[in-house]
Amino acid sequence: MQATDAPLDMTINLTVNGARQAITVDVRTSLLDLLRERLQLTGTKKGCDHGQCGACTVHVNGRRVTSCLTLAVMHDGDEITTIEGLGTPDNLHPMQAAFVAFDGYQCGYCTSGQIMSAVALLKEPCGPDDAAVKELMSGNICRCGAYANIVAAIQQVRKNI
Amino acid sequence: MHTFEFVRPADSAAAVATAAQAKTAQQGADVRFVAGGTTLLDLMKLNVETPGRVIDINRLPLDKIEAASDGGLKIGATVRNSDLAHHPTVERDYSVLSQAILSGASAQLRNMATTAGNLVQRTRCVYFRDTAMPCNKREPGTGCPAITGANRMLAILGTSEHCIATNPSDMCVAMAALEATIHVQGPTGARAIPIGDFHLLPGSTPDRETVLEPGDLITHVTLPPPVAGSRQVYLKLRDRASYEFALASAAVVLTVADGKVTRARIALGGVGTKPWRSPEAEAALVGQPINQTSFRNAAEAALRDARPQSENGFKIELAKRCLTHALQMATA
Repeated sequence: MQATDAPLDMTINLTVNGARQAITVDVRTSLLDLLRERLQLTGTKKGCDHGQCGACTVHVNGRRVTSCLTLAVMHDGDEITTIEGLGTPDNLHPMQAAFVAFDGYQCGYCTSGQIMSAVALLKEPCGPDDAAVKELMSGNICRCGAYANIVAAIQQVRKNI
Repeated sequence: MHTFEFVRPADSAAAVATAAQAKTAQQGADVRFVAGGTTLLDLMKLNVETPGRVIDINRLPLDKIEAASDGGLKIGATVRNSDLAHHPTVERDYSVLSQAILSGASAQLRNMATTAGNLVQRTRCVYFRDTAMPCNKREPGTGCPAITGANRMLAILGTSEHCIATNPSDMCVAMAALEATIHVQGPTGARAIPIGDFHLLPGSTPDRETVLEPGDLITHVTLPPPVAGSRQVYLKLRDRASYEFALASAAVVLTVADGKVTRARIALGGVGTKPWRSPEAEAALVGQPINQTSFRNAAEAALRDARPQSENGFKIELAKRCLTHALQMATA
């Protein structure tokens, strides 16, 4: 098999934020690019595009992943949740509300990834202290350095559940 | 990224048959299996990997953790690293493996990365990852600029004049100390490979990293029955507190009786061109009292053959202290 540049397409079925849809994509399309470029769900951000920054974090079947390092065609039949599926401006998810209350961001570029990670963390094995939260949030980089407030926001939500 | 044919095989036999058409299963492979994708897609975006065919093994029934008939544990190829690390049996009987996995990557990547994928994780050497640079591993015969270049993160054990790239895995280091066996289904049948024989030293063929041949599909890994009363520690030292590759790490599985070491299995990470089991350190420890002198002697034995590069001489002492401290933690 020689590498080729001729585009190859494939049709997949995805449930994105509760809506099931059939989409034909170039097999090279990352899940991230599918969400942003094809479905116009631009809340999910592209930072490094190599799984190092966490800005592209979404949930696949309820678990957080970096959507840049997975192909859309690997997710036929899967359920995807993005930041747009979490809450609305009038009805924020508790984690979104906590990020507002604790000022857990500055420029905001990493924020949707931070929040998707933080919501997934609520269901993962995680010790009670701040150090445990920091460890499990280390895959989400914040260039502005809002880490202290992000941890405070997450701990507030954990306290209330 | 070059495009490719995306294949979803009906079963493992179909996956093997398709992959068997490849010219090589090593660097430059024209057919690749994809599971988590965390290494492969990263390298395909960099054009370091350019397979013409990608076989998706995620839907094959290789995602179970089960008791093995000999009392050990059978871990499927596509078990996610996070599921393996948090499995109750692993946490109880093979905790060095849990500790190692949880010290690597991020929670998102651990949810994606798999057992088999981690076994064939590629080096983070910056020259390997940059197609504008020569690299004997990526393009045999072009040279190794790391030897005179940026080699702070690179290996001090198992290097050759052709390649000094570090194996980056944490999971494999723990599996080396646990004496795991890798099970492969290939075009001519199934075979079992001790983890110590699975990865190759670079020698004059750094493009060959494992014994895998075209069509070889890792189906599962087995761990031997747990060692009763063993004390297990994985200690990882790195530039950041989290989400960073090891400068040096140590996996320790010790059994102690009457204040003396009766059994030792030791492997090092971040310092070797492959996951670095140290029979020298094990031999230096067995029969010795659990004290600082014994531990230091074991560390000296483990690093006796270490060869520093221009920027990573510090790793020799760091690795010694890492192993010494891991042994202290295990016996505290």
